[in-house]
Amino acid sequence: MSHILSIDGQSGPLGPFVQRDSEAHPPALTPGYKTSILRSPRNALIANLPTLSEMTAPVFQPQELGAKDNDLLTNFAKDGLPIGERIVVHGFVRDQFGQPVRNALVEVWQANASGRYRHKKDQYIGSMDPNFGGCGRVLTDANGHYVYRTVKPGPYPWRNRINEWRPAHIHYSISGDGWAQRLITQLYFEGDPLIPECPIIKTIPSESQIRSLIALLDKDHAKPMDSLTYRFDITLRGRNATWFEN
Amino acid sequence: MTIQLTTPLTTQLTRYPETPSQTGGPYVHIGLAPQQAGFEIFDNNFGNVMVQPDTLGERIRVEGRVFDGSGTLMRDVLIEVWQANAAGKYAHPADRQDKPLDPAFRGWGRTGADFDTGVFSFETIKPGQVVGANGQLQAPHICLILFARGINTGLHTRLYFGDEDLANATDPILNGIEWEVRRKTLLATREQRAGEVVYRFDIRIQDTPDGGKETVFFDV
Repeated sequence: MSHILSIDGQSGPLGPFVQRDSEAHPPALTPGYKTSILRSPRNALIANLPTLSEMTAPVFQPQELGAKDNDLLTNFAKDGLPIGERIVVHGFVRDQFGQPVRNALVEVWQANASGRYRHKKDQYIGSMDPNFGGCGRVLTDANGHYVYRTVKPGPYPWRNRINEWRPAHIHYSISGDGWAQRLITQLYFEGDPLIPECPIIKTIPSESQIRSLIALLDKDHAKPMDSLTYRFDITLRGRNATWFEN
Repeated sequence: MTIQLTTPLTTQLTRYPETPSQTGGPYVHIGLAPQQAGFEIFDNNFGNVMVQPDTLGERIRVEGRVFDGSGTLMRDVLIEVWQANAAGKYAHPADRQDKPLDPAFRGWGRTGADFDTGVFSFETIKPGQVVGANGQLQAPHICLILFARGINTGLHTRLYFGDEDLANATDPILNGIEWEVRRKTLLATREQRAGEVVYRFDIRIQDTPDGGKETVFFDV
Protein backbone atom coordinates (compact mmCIF):
# COMPACT_ATOMS: atom_id res chain seq x y z
CA MET A 1 0.00 0.00 0.00
CA SER A 2 1.16 3.52 -0.70
CA HIS A 3 1.42 6.24 1.92
CA ILE A 4 0.38 9.83 2.20
CA LEU A 5 3.55 11.68 1.37
CA SER A 6 5.17 14.95 1.94
CA ILE A 7 7.43 16.24 -0.81
CA ASP A 8 10.49 14.89 0.99
CA GLY A 9 9.03 11.41 1.31
CA GLN A 10 10.49 8.84 -1.02
CA SER A 11 8.38 5.86 -0.04
CA GLY A 12 5.70 5.95 -2.72
CA PRO A 13 4.05 7.92 -5.48
CA LEU A 14 3.16 11.56 -5.03
CA GLY A 15 -0.47 11.92 -5.95
CA PRO A 16 -2.22 14.60 -7.97
CA PHE A 17 -3.74 17.71 -6.44
CA VAL A 18 -7.39 17.78 -5.52
CA GLN A 19 -9.64 19.74 -7.82
CA ARG A 20 -9.60 23.51 -7.36
CA ASP A 21 -12.85 24.75 -5.84
CA SER A 22 -13.84 27.58 -8.17
CA GLU A 23 -16.24 28.93 -5.54
CA ALA A 24 -13.23 29.71 -3.35
CA HIS A 25 -11.82 32.15 -5.93
CA PRO A 26 -12.90 35.21 -7.88
CA PRO A 27 -14.42 34.44 -11.26
CA ALA A 28 -12.44 35.81 -14.23
CA LEU A 29 -15.10 38.33 -15.26
CA THR A 30 -15.87 40.75 -12.43
CA PRO A 31 -17.19 43.99 -14.00
CA GLY A 32 -16.87 45.99 -10.76
CA TYR A 33 -13.12 45.60 -11.30
CA LYS A 34 -13.18 47.19 -14.73
CA THR A 35 -9.89 45.91 -16.14
CA SER A 36 -11.17 42.34 -15.86
CA ILE A 37 -13.76 42.95 -18.58
CA LEU A 38 -11.35 42.82 -21.53
CA ARG A 39 -8.87 40.54 -19.75
CA SER A 40 -11.11 37.58 -18.91
CA PRO A 41 -11.66 34.59 -21.20
CA ARG A 42 -15.21 34.20 -22.53
CA ASN A 43 -14.90 30.43 -22.86
CA ALA A 44 -15.00 28.03 -19.93
CA LEU A 45 -11.68 26.70 -18.68
CA ILE A 46 -10.99 23.17 -19.90
CA ALA A 47 -10.37 20.53 -17.24
CA ASN A 48 -8.16 17.48 -17.69
CA LEU A 49 -6.95 14.55 -15.66
CA PRO A 50 -3.80 15.73 -13.91
CA THR A 51 -0.43 14.78 -15.38
CA LEU A 52 3.17 15.05 -14.20
CA SER A 53 3.24 18.49 -15.80
CA GLU A 54 0.85 19.83 -13.15
CA MET A 55 2.07 17.65 -10.26
CA THR A 56 5.64 18.99 -10.43
CA ALA A 57 7.12 22.47 -10.02
CA PRO A 58 10.50 24.19 -9.77
CA VAL A 59 12.57 23.45 -6.67
CA PHE A 60 14.41 26.41 -5.13
CA GLN A 61 17.59 26.25 -3.07
CA PRO A 62 18.26 28.41 0.01
CA GLN A 63 21.56 29.62 -1.46
CA GLU A 64 19.67 31.24 -4.33
CA LEU A 65 18.37 33.87 -1.93
CA GLY A 66 20.44 36.62 -0.31
CA ALA A 67 20.79 37.15 3.44
CA LYS A 68 18.60 40.30 3.40
CA ASP A 69 16.03 39.11 0.90
CA ASN A 70 13.37 38.80 3.61
CA ASP A 71 14.18 42.08 5.35
CA LEU A 72 12.52 44.96 3.51
CA LEU A 73 13.70 47.34 6.25
CA THR A 74 17.32 46.92 5.18
CA ASN A 75 17.45 45.28 1.75
CA PHE A 76 17.23 48.63 -0.06
CA ALA A 77 18.43 50.98 2.71
CA LYS A 78 20.98 53.49 1.36
CA ASP A 79 21.60 56.14 4.03
CA GLY A 80 19.14 55.20 6.75
CA LEU A 81 16.06 53.20 7.52
CA PRO A 82 12.78 53.53 5.60
CA ILE A 83 10.05 55.67 7.15
CA GLY A 84 6.93 53.92 8.37
CA GLU A 85 5.46 51.44 10.82
CA ARG A 86 7.94 48.66 11.47
CA ILE A 87 6.20 45.29 11.22
CA VAL A 88 7.07 41.62 11.08
CA VAL A 89 4.78 39.38 9.03
CA HIS A 90 4.86 35.65 9.55
CA GLY A 91 2.73 32.56 9.11
CA PHE A 92 2.51 29.02 7.84
CA VAL A 93 1.99 27.70 4.34
CA ARG A 94 -0.02 24.50 4.50
CA ASP A 95 -2.01 22.47 2.04
CA GLN A 96 -5.75 21.85 2.25
CA PHE A 97 -5.19 18.76 4.38
CA GLY A 98 -3.11 20.70 6.89
CA GLN A 99 0.27 19.37 5.76
CA PRO A 100 3.11 21.91 5.87
CA VAL A 101 4.36 23.04 2.46
CA ARG A 102 8.12 23.00 2.87
CA ASN A 103 10.60 24.95 0.81
CA ALA A 104 7.83 26.98 -0.84
CA LEU A 105 9.04 30.22 -2.45
CA VAL A 106 7.10 33.13 -0.93
CA GLU A 107 7.66 36.43 -2.75
CA VAL A 108 6.13 39.71 -1.60
CA TRP A 109 5.90 43.22 -2.99
CA GLN A 110 4.23 46.38 -1.74
CA ALA A 111 4.01 50.16 -1.74
CA ASN A 112 5.90 52.24 0.83
CA ALA A 113 4.34 53.99 3.81
CA SER A 114 2.97 56.71 1.47
CA GLY A 115 1.20 54.23 -0.77
CA ARG A 116 3.79 54.80 -3.51
CA TYR A 117 5.37 51.96 -5.48
CA ARG A 118 8.95 51.85 -6.70
CA HIS A 119 7.89 51.17 -10.28
CA LYS A 120 8.49 53.04 -13.54
CA LYS A 121 4.77 53.28 -14.15
CA ASP A 122 3.63 54.61 -10.74
CA GLN A 123 3.09 58.38 -10.87
CA TYR A 124 1.19 58.90 -7.60
CA ILE A 125 2.04 62.12 -5.72
CA GLY A 126 2.73 60.20 -2.49
CA SER A 127 6.44 60.52 -1.84
CA MET A 128 9.09 57.95 -2.66
CA ASP A 129 11.27 56.65 0.14
CA PRO A 130 14.92 56.43 -0.96
CA ASN A 131 15.53 53.70 1.61
CA PHE A 132 12.66 51.43 0.66
CA GLY A 133 12.58 49.05 -2.32
CA GLY A 134 9.38 47.15 -1.58
CA CYS A 135 10.09 43.54 -2.42
CA GLY A 136 11.32 40.49 -0.58
CA ARG A 137 11.33 36.71 -0.70
CA VAL A 138 11.79 33.76 1.61
CA LEU A 139 11.59 29.96 1.53
CA THR A 140 9.33 28.21 4.04
CA ASP A 141 11.10 26.02 6.59
CA ALA A 142 10.45 22.37 7.51
CA ASN A 143 7.24 23.40 9.30
CA GLY A 144 6.01 25.49 6.39
CA HIS A 145 6.79 28.68 8.32
CA TYR A 146 7.94 31.94 6.74
CA VAL A 147 8.81 35.36 8.16
CA TYR A 148 9.84 38.75 6.80
CA ARG A 149 10.16 42.31 8.09
CA THR A 150 8.91 45.49 6.43
CA VAL A 151 7.06 48.78 6.87
CA LYS A 152 3.28 48.76 6.74
CA PRO A 153 2.22 49.95 3.26
CA GLY A 154 -0.11 52.93 2.86
CA PRO A 155 -3.40 52.83 0.95
CA TYR A 156 -3.33 54.40 -2.50
CA PRO A 157 -5.72 55.75 -5.10
CA TRP A 158 -6.28 54.09 -8.45
CA ARG A 159 -8.38 54.70 -11.47
CA ASN A 160 -11.28 52.30 -11.51
CA ARG A 161 -14.07 54.59 -10.48
CA ILE A 162 -12.39 57.96 -10.02
CA ASN A 163 -12.30 57.99 -6.22
CA GLU A 164 -11.17 54.41 -5.76
CA TRP A 165 -8.64 53.54 -3.00
CA ARG A 166 -6.93 50.26 -2.34
CA PRO A 167 -6.72 49.22 1.31
CA ALA A 168 -3.20 48.75 2.62
CA HIS A 169 -2.02 45.45 1.18
CA ILE A 170 1.01 43.31 0.46
CA HIS A 171 1.09 41.25 -2.71
CA TYR A 172 2.06 37.58 -2.36
CA SER A 173 3.29 35.02 -4.83
CA ILE A 174 3.64 31.42 -3.67
CA SER A 175 5.33 28.63 -5.59
CA GLY A 176 4.74 25.32 -3.81
CA ASP A 177 5.24 21.63 -4.64
CA GLY A 178 3.26 21.56 -7.85
CA TRP A 179 2.47 23.79 -10.81
CA ALA A 180 -1.22 23.34 -9.93
CA GLN A 181 -0.60 25.13 -6.60
CA ARG A 182 0.84 28.28 -8.18
CA LEU A 183 -0.89 31.21 -6.50
CA ILE A 184 -0.77 35.00 -6.44
CA THR A 185 -2.85 36.83 -3.87
CA GLN A 186 -2.88 39.86 -1.55
CA LEU A 187 -2.68 40.29 2.22
CA TYR A 188 -4.86 42.92 3.93
CA PHE A 189 -4.64 44.26 7.48
CA GLU A 190 -7.10 43.66 10.30
CA GLY A 191 -9.47 46.55 10.88
CA ASP A 192 -8.81 48.51 7.66
CA PRO A 193 -12.08 50.35 6.83
CA LEU A 194 -11.26 50.33 3.10
CA ILE A 195 -11.53 46.53 2.92
CA PRO A 196 -15.34 46.28 2.53
CA GLU A 197 -15.36 48.89 -0.26
CA CYS A 198 -12.60 47.49 -2.45
CA PRO A 199 -13.80 46.18 -5.84
CA ILE A 200 -10.74 43.92 -6.13
CA ILE A 201 -11.53 42.28 -2.79
CA LYS A 202 -15.19 42.07 -3.75
CA THR A 203 -14.31 39.83 -6.68
CA ILE A 204 -14.05 37.05 -4.05
CA PRO A 205 -17.46 35.41 -3.79
CA SER A 206 -17.67 34.63 -0.07
CA GLU A 207 -17.20 36.55 3.15
CA SER A 208 -15.22 33.73 4.76
CA GLN A 209 -12.77 33.64 1.86
CA ILE A 210 -12.31 37.41 2.07
CA ARG A 211 -11.58 37.04 5.77
CA SER A 212 -8.87 34.51 4.97
CA LEU A 213 -6.87 37.29 3.28
CA ILE A 214 -6.86 39.53 6.35
CA ALA A 215 -3.70 39.33 8.43
CA LEU A 216 -4.35 39.49 12.16
CA LEU A 217 -2.44 41.59 14.64
CA ASP A 218 -0.24 39.13 16.54
CA LYS A 219 0.77 41.23 19.50
CA ASP A 220 2.18 38.27 21.42
CA HIS A 221 4.92 38.03 18.83
CA ALA A 222 5.65 41.75 18.70
CA LYS A 223 9.18 42.84 19.55
CA PRO A 224 8.86 45.37 22.40
CA MET A 225 10.20 48.84 21.58
CA ASP A 226 10.86 47.69 18.01
CA SER A 227 8.11 46.26 15.78
CA LEU A 228 4.55 44.97 15.72
CA THR A 229 3.71 41.62 14.20
CA TYR A 230 1.00 40.32 11.88
CA ARG A 231 0.08 36.69 11.26
CA PHE A 232 -0.92 35.49 7.81
CA ASP A 233 -1.36 31.80 6.99
CA ILE A 234 -1.74 30.49 3.46
CA THR A 235 -3.49 27.36 2.25
CA LEU A 236 -2.45 25.75 -1.05
CA ARG A 237 -4.17 22.92 -2.84
CA GLY A 238 -3.85 19.53 -1.19
CA ARG A 239 -2.05 16.59 -2.73
CA ASN A 240 -4.09 13.45 -2.90
CA ALA A 241 -2.88 10.14 -1.61
CA THR A 242 -2.69 7.47 -4.29
CA TRP A 243 -3.92 4.38 -2.48
CA PHE A 244 -3.45 2.12 -5.47
CA GLU A 245 -0.73 2.02 -8.07
CA ASN A 246 -1.09 4.44 -10.97
CA MET B 1 -38.51 24.45 -3.25
CA THR B 2 -35.34 24.34 -1.25
CA ILE B 3 -33.20 21.28 -1.31
CA GLN B 4 -31.51 20.73 2.02
CA LEU B 5 -28.07 19.22 1.80
CA THR B 6 -26.22 18.01 4.83
CA THR B 7 -22.46 18.25 4.86
CA PRO B 8 -20.71 15.35 6.56
CA LEU B 9 -18.75 16.67 9.53
CA THR B 10 -15.62 14.81 8.45
CA THR B 11 -15.42 16.79 5.23
CA GLN B 12 -15.45 20.04 7.15
CA LEU B 13 -12.73 18.81 9.41
CA THR B 14 -10.34 17.38 6.87
CA ARG B 15 -10.26 19.93 4.11
CA TYR B 16 -9.45 23.62 4.41
CA PRO B 17 -10.40 26.01 1.61
CA GLU B 18 -7.56 27.15 -0.64
CA THR B 19 -6.44 30.75 -0.09
CA PRO B 20 -8.33 32.83 -2.67
CA SER B 21 -6.47 34.30 -5.61
CA GLN B 22 -6.19 38.03 -6.28
CA THR B 23 -4.85 39.89 -9.30
CA GLY B 24 -1.09 40.43 -9.54
CA GLY B 25 -1.86 44.06 -10.36
CA PRO B 26 0.05 46.46 -12.64
CA TYR B 27 3.21 46.49 -10.49
CA VAL B 28 3.72 42.73 -10.32
CA HIS B 29 7.27 43.35 -11.61
CA ILE B 30 8.37 44.92 -8.32
CA GLY B 31 8.20 41.59 -6.59
CA LEU B 32 8.80 39.14 -9.41
CA ALA B 33 11.01 41.10 -11.85
CA PRO B 34 12.40 44.11 -9.94
CA GLN B 35 14.95 45.00 -12.63
CA GLN B 36 12.09 45.52 -15.04
CA ALA B 37 10.30 47.70 -12.47
CA GLY B 38 13.43 49.85 -12.61
CA PHE B 39 15.66 48.99 -9.65
CA GLU B 40 18.37 46.63 -8.46
CA ILE B 41 17.79 44.84 -5.18
CA PHE B 42 18.58 41.10 -5.33
CA ASP B 43 21.98 39.58 -6.11
CA ASN B 44 20.29 36.70 -7.89
CA ASN B 45 17.39 37.56 -10.20
CA PHE B 46 15.06 34.95 -11.68
CA GLY B 47 14.62 35.44 -15.39
CA ASN B 48 13.90 34.12 -18.85
CA VAL B 49 17.26 32.51 -19.71
CA MET B 50 16.64 28.88 -18.81
CA VAL B 51 19.71 27.37 -20.49
CA GLN B 52 23.30 27.12 -19.36
CA PRO B 53 26.25 26.23 -21.62
CA ASP B 54 26.01 22.52 -20.79
CA THR B 55 22.23 22.17 -20.88
CA LEU B 56 21.25 19.24 -23.11
CA GLY B 57 18.84 19.63 -26.01
CA GLU B 58 17.90 21.77 -28.97
CA ARG B 59 18.18 25.49 -28.16
CA ILE B 60 15.00 27.37 -28.93
CA ARG B 61 13.60 30.82 -28.34
CA VAL B 62 9.94 31.11 -27.40
CA GLU B 63 8.51 34.48 -28.27
CA GLY B 64 5.03 35.93 -28.18
CA ARG B 65 2.59 38.65 -27.26
CA VAL B 66 -0.60 38.73 -25.23
CA PHE B 67 -3.73 40.54 -26.45
CA ASP B 68 -6.84 41.64 -24.59
CA GLY B 69 -10.36 41.44 -26.00
CA SER B 70 -9.97 44.71 -27.93
CA GLY B 71 -6.84 43.42 -29.66
CA THR B 72 -4.65 45.71 -27.54
CA LEU B 73 -1.27 44.42 -26.39
CA MET B 74 -1.04 43.58 -22.69
CA ARG B 75 2.30 45.18 -21.91
CA ASP B 76 2.11 44.61 -18.15
CA VAL B 77 1.63 40.84 -18.22
CA LEU B 78 3.98 38.52 -16.31
CA ILE B 79 4.53 35.02 -17.65
CA GLU B 80 6.09 31.93 -16.13
CA VAL B 81 6.86 28.66 -17.89
CA TRP B 82 7.44 25.12 -16.61
CA GLN B 83 8.72 22.30 -18.76
CA ALA B 84 10.53 18.96 -18.84
CA ASN B 85 14.15 18.56 -19.93
CA ALA B 86 15.22 17.23 -23.34
CA ALA B 87 14.70 13.65 -22.12
CA GLY B 88 11.15 14.40 -21.00
CA LYS B 89 11.79 14.51 -17.24
CA TYR B 90 10.81 17.22 -14.77
CA ALA B 91 13.37 18.44 -12.23
CA HIS B 92 11.13 17.59 -9.27
CA PRO B 93 10.93 14.57 -6.93
CA ALA B 94 7.35 13.73 -7.96
CA ASP B 95 8.65 12.79 -11.42
CA ARG B 96 9.50 9.08 -10.98
CA GLN B 97 9.95 8.34 -14.67
CA ASP B 98 13.07 6.32 -15.36
CA LYS B 99 14.77 9.10 -17.33
CA PRO B 100 17.91 11.18 -16.71
CA LEU B 101 17.78 14.50 -14.87
CA ASP B 102 19.76 17.31 -16.50
CA PRO B 103 21.65 19.08 -13.69
CA ALA B 104 22.01 22.10 -16.00
CA PHE B 105 18.28 22.54 -16.53
CA ARG B 106 15.68 23.56 -13.97
CA GLY B 107 12.82 23.88 -16.44
CA TRP B 108 11.38 27.10 -15.04
CA GLY B 109 11.54 30.69 -16.22
CA ARG B 110 9.83 34.00 -15.64
CA THR B 111 9.57 37.26 -17.57
CA GLY B 112 7.45 40.33 -18.10
CA ALA B 113 6.30 41.44 -21.53
CA ASP B 114 8.32 44.40 -22.78
CA PHE B 115 6.65 47.67 -21.71
CA ASP B 116 7.06 49.12 -25.24
CA THR B 117 6.71 46.24 -27.67
CA GLY B 118 4.60 43.87 -25.55
CA VAL B 119 6.87 40.99 -26.60
CA PHE B 120 7.88 38.30 -24.11
CA SER B 121 10.53 35.66 -24.71
CA PHE B 122 12.33 32.69 -23.14
CA GLU B 123 15.65 31.09 -24.05
CA THR B 124 15.13 27.42 -23.45
CA ILE B 125 15.34 23.95 -24.99
CA LYS B 126 12.70 21.88 -26.71
CA PRO B 127 11.31 19.48 -24.09
CA GLY B 128 11.05 15.73 -24.56
CA GLN B 129 7.79 13.80 -24.24
CA VAL B 130 6.35 13.14 -20.79
CA VAL B 131 3.91 10.44 -19.79
CA GLY B 132 0.32 11.62 -19.27
CA ALA B 133 -2.66 10.26 -17.37
CA ASN B 134 -3.41 6.56 -17.99
CA GLY B 135 0.11 6.01 -19.35
CA GLN B 136 -0.53 7.82 -22.64
CA LEU B 137 2.41 9.83 -23.94
CA GLN B 138 1.93 13.60 -24.10
CA ALA B 139 3.29 15.59 -27.03
CA PRO B 140 6.19 17.93 -26.19
CA HIS B 141 4.76 20.99 -24.48
CA ILE B 142 5.56 23.92 -22.20
CA CYS B 143 3.17 24.92 -19.42
CA LEU B 144 2.54 28.68 -19.16
CA ILE B 145 0.82 30.78 -16.54
CA LEU B 146 -0.18 34.42 -17.00
CA PHE B 147 -0.56 37.02 -14.26
CA ALA B 148 -1.59 40.64 -14.82
CA ARG B 149 -3.73 43.55 -13.84
CA GLY B 150 -7.31 42.54 -14.64
CA ILE B 151 -6.60 38.80 -14.33
CA ASN B 152 -8.10 37.65 -11.03
CA THR B 153 -6.65 34.14 -11.06
CA GLY B 154 -3.52 33.14 -12.99
CA LEU B 155 -4.44 31.74 -16.41
CA HIS B 156 -2.94 28.35 -17.30
CA THR B 157 -2.27 27.37 -20.87
CA ARG B 158 0.12 25.14 -22.81
CA LEU B 159 2.40 25.74 -25.74
CA TYR B 160 2.66 22.87 -28.21
CA PHE B 161 5.06 22.80 -31.15
CA GLY B 162 3.56 23.37 -34.59
CA ASP B 163 6.10 21.03 -36.23
CA GLU B 164 5.18 18.02 -34.06
CA ASP B 165 2.13 16.90 -36.05
CA LEU B 166 2.48 13.23 -35.21
CA ALA B 167 2.84 13.65 -31.45
CA ASN B 168 0.23 16.41 -31.32
CA ALA B 169 -2.30 14.20 -33.09
CA THR B 170 -2.28 11.71 -30.20
CA ASP B 171 -1.78 14.13 -27.29
CA PRO B 172 -4.45 13.41 -24.65
CA ILE B 173 -4.78 17.05 -23.57
CA LEU B 174 -5.12 18.45 -27.11
CA ASN B 175 -7.57 15.69 -27.95
CA GLY B 176 -9.48 16.48 -24.79
CA ILE B 177 -10.45 19.82 -26.33
CA GLU B 178 -13.83 19.01 -27.78
CA TRP B 179 -13.78 21.89 -30.27
CA GLU B 180 -11.14 20.94 -32.81
CA VAL B 181 -10.93 24.50 -34.13
CA ARG B 182 -9.71 25.69 -30.72
CA ARG B 183 -6.75 23.26 -30.58
CA LYS B 184 -4.66 25.31 -32.99
CA THR B 185 -4.61 28.24 -30.54
CA LEU B 186 -2.05 26.17 -28.59
CA LEU B 187 0.33 25.55 -31.51
CA ALA B 188 3.47 27.67 -31.72
CA THR B 189 4.88 28.28 -35.19
CA ARG B 190 8.50 27.45 -35.89
CA GLU B 191 10.69 30.06 -37.58
CA GLN B 192 14.36 30.22 -38.41
CA ARG B 193 15.89 33.59 -37.60
CA ALA B 194 19.62 34.27 -38.09
CA GLY B 195 20.55 30.71 -37.21
CA GLU B 196 18.18 30.67 -34.26
CA VAL B 197 15.07 28.54 -33.90
CA VAL B 198 12.15 30.66 -32.74
CA TYR B 199 8.71 29.44 -31.78
CA ARG B 200 6.10 32.19 -31.96
CA PHE B 201 3.19 31.90 -29.60
CA ASP B 202 0.66 34.71 -29.33
CA ILE B 203 -2.00 34.50 -26.63
CA ARG B 204 -5.46 36.00 -26.87
CA ILE B 205 -7.41 36.34 -23.66
CA GLN B 206 -10.60 36.82 -25.69
CA ASP B 207 -11.41 36.77 -29.42
CA THR B 208 -9.94 39.90 -31.01
CA PRO B 209 -11.52 42.20 -33.63
CA ASP B 210 -8.97 41.09 -36.27
CA GLY B 211 -10.39 37.58 -36.14
CA GLY B 212 -7.88 36.22 -33.62
CA LYS B 213 -9.33 33.39 -31.59
CA GLU B 214 -9.34 33.10 -27.81
CA THR B 215 -6.52 30.85 -26.56
CA VAL B 216 -7.53 27.70 -24.70
CA PHE B 217 -7.04 28.03 -20.94
CA PHE B 218 -7.06 25.13 -18.51
CA ASP B 219 -8.40 24.36 -15.09
CA VAL B 220 -5.31 22.32 -14.09
